[in-house]
Amino acid sequence: MAFGAFATGTAREQGPRRKSRIALLLLLPGILYLMLFFLVPLVSLVLTSLQEPAPMGDIGEYQTAFKWENYVDVIGTYGEHILRSFIYAILATIFALLFSYPLAYFIGVKARRWPLVQNLLLVLVIAPFFISFLLRTLAWKSILSDEGVVISGLKALSLMAPDAHFTGTGAAVVFGLTYNFIPFMTLPLYSTLERLDTRLLEAGGDLYSKPSTTFFKVTIPLSMSGIVSGVLLTFIPAAGDYINASRNFLGGSGTAMIGNVIESNFLVTLNYPAAASLSIILMAVILVMVTVYVKRSGTEDLL
Amino acid sequence: MATGAFAESGADLELVGIQKRFPGFTAIEHLDLTIPAGSFFALLGPSGCGKTTTLRLVAGLEDPTEGKVLIGGKDVTKLKPYQRQVNTVFQSYALFPHMTVLENVAFGLRRRHIADPVGKAHEALRLVELDHLAARKPQQLSGGQQQRVALARAIVNRPALLLLDEPLGALDLKLRRQMQLELKSIQEEVGLTFVHVTHDQEEAMTMADTVAVMNKGEIEQLGAPQELYELPKTAFVANFLGQSNLFTGKVTGSTSNSISVDIEGVKIVVPTKRAQRHAGEVTIGVRPEKLHLHLSAPKQSAGVNVLGPGRIIDVSFSGVSTQYILAIPGIGKVTVFEQNMKSGPVAAEGSEVWVSWDVEHGFGLADEPAPGPKFAADTDTATIAMQKKHALMSELEEA
Repeated sequence: MAFGAFATGTAREQGPRRKSRIALLLLLPGILYLMLFFLVPLVSLVLTSLQEPAPMGDIGEYQTAFKWENYVDVIGTYGEHILRSFIYAILATIFALLFSYPLAYFIGVKARRWPLVQNLLLVLVIAPFFISFLLRTLAWKSILSDEGVVISGLKALSLMAPDAHFTGTGAAVVFGLTYNFIPFMTLPLYSTLERLDTRLLEAGGDLYSKPSTTFFKVTIPLSMSGIVSGVLLTFIPAAGDYINASRNFLGGSGTAMIGNVIESNFLVTLNYPAAASLSIILMAVILVMVTVYVKRSGTEDLL
Repeated sequence: MATGAFAESGADLELVGIQKRFPGFTAIEHLDLTIPAGSFFALLGPSGCGKTTTLRLVAGLEDPTEGKVLIGGKDVTKLKPYQRQVNTVFQSYALFPHMTVLENVAFGLRRRHIADPVGKAHEALRLVELDHLAARKPQQLSGGQQQRVALARAIVNRPALLLLDEPLGALDLKLRRQMQLELKSIQEEVGLTFVHVTHDQEEAMTMADTVAVMNKGEIEQLGAPQELYELPKTAFVANFLGQSNLFTGKVTGSTSNSISVDIEGVKIVVPTKRAQRHAGEVTIGVRPEKLHLHLSAPKQSAGVNVLGPGRIIDVSFSGVSTQYILAIPGIGKVTVFEQNMKSGPVAAEGSEVWVSWDVEHGFGLADEPAPGPKFAADTDTATIAMQKKHALMSELEEA
């Protein structure tokens, strides 16, 4: 799967040919872990998604069946949410990339002469992780609330209509997603840009290439592995995120994403088959999108 | 600017009053230099002498603290690297790892929108005999092949000025000789101006029309290779370009065409026109291969200088010649290269010998006489060459 993309470095060492018992032994815990915590839940999820309500049963009581219509039903009911999820996730990924690339370039390339500045900036990128994800999102909610300084300031300056809101809109959700996933984008970008050979940029200039052309022809292709990793690390969790879009945080009534729908189906309406089939759909769409993306970006060897 | 067309021919390069200071040190003290169009110019010097900085100033990769760079009479000091009709063969090759060899070579052509970049790139690759590897990635090539790609990538642009930053450094001796000849013939064929930076004196002398010896951010001497070798003006040049026996003494007399110098009681005569200083304390020298070894005291005669007796302390055989090192009391060590005209060494270690040389072969230096050698022994060319050789040998053993 695409998780290979998260590992930096592409060196492929030829291991010893000899079959080694030790290697098998060392792999065993990992294989068992995957079986127990990935394969078994996956199978159970697929089975749940095909269940049908038990006849005469209580709410939340289901029996094993092959009710594939569940999928058609949830797509019909929640198609809008599914679409919205991916649009929000794509927007957040694009914004995070646009924000993180210059940041990572500065830390990884420009700040090389001052290792202290480099380390300080890296700490600043990681520092938000020391505070809970929920707390940070809640903090943004109060900062961006209608009574907050930012929005009331904008309203005072007539840059926002007096009756407009920011929290509860799609823009606020995309903002929250972007903010929360910036470190996931910045760190892989930094790790590839940090190894960028600036002599190649000099060679580009020597070969009649303007700085902007050198950037698109040399810097971007050479940092592609970081871009791919960052995009995957941002896009996949952002598509399934249910915190930012939730009504308790930055979202509103019209911003629910697929994660929120799954949550409410599972915990509120106890419609397990619908929640399971939505999960499977989410997984399948992400898998397809990521595969196409990785293929298009010319880094198949990351898969 | 640099679009659409190749340079018609090489352009001359002029450096006027160049100074380059980095925080903490001065790389180039003061440099005035004119390199005529179409010439093969070598900047020779030990590491850290400022030769690579000079090259980077010409390429536009560094800005001079003071002074001007003129290419073909046009001031380019303020131009960015991509605006200068200059290409560099980098010491690290700097080939783009994400492109094929062919795309690397075509890169400059594409940026300038020159017609048929692929055809021209193939042509350049044929010139360096690598066309069959055009589809490979640079990291799939050996060091020598990568260097040839770097050369092709620069030459294909037909720049007015081609800068070579120790481009043959990583090649083995045979390939290096071959590439030296090839470079030279390419230069003659296309008539470009080549500026070649190297610490290899032999490379500089065999390839260049003009050699400038750099030391500590300044040019010590500039001239044709033969001229530099025959008539070094400073002790640094005398020792960096080949080897020299140097003696210091007072000028005791002079005639219309020669001066005589007293070296620990021995009178040594040097032609006036081959000496830079004609009075006071002077340093004079002679090349080791100009010395003759005598097993008995040679007769004093007008046109010959004699030193001795001394004792041979080291004999080393190198095929074409044998190197003798002798110690002469009061004067110090003298190196002699004897052609191996007969089989076996002429003299054995420990034997008592005299040396003589033609007065015409001596030279006088312009330096203030210094008590010891002027630079650390570990930076001379022979040492660098030995290190390279050892590195190569161990590499071969590993392979």
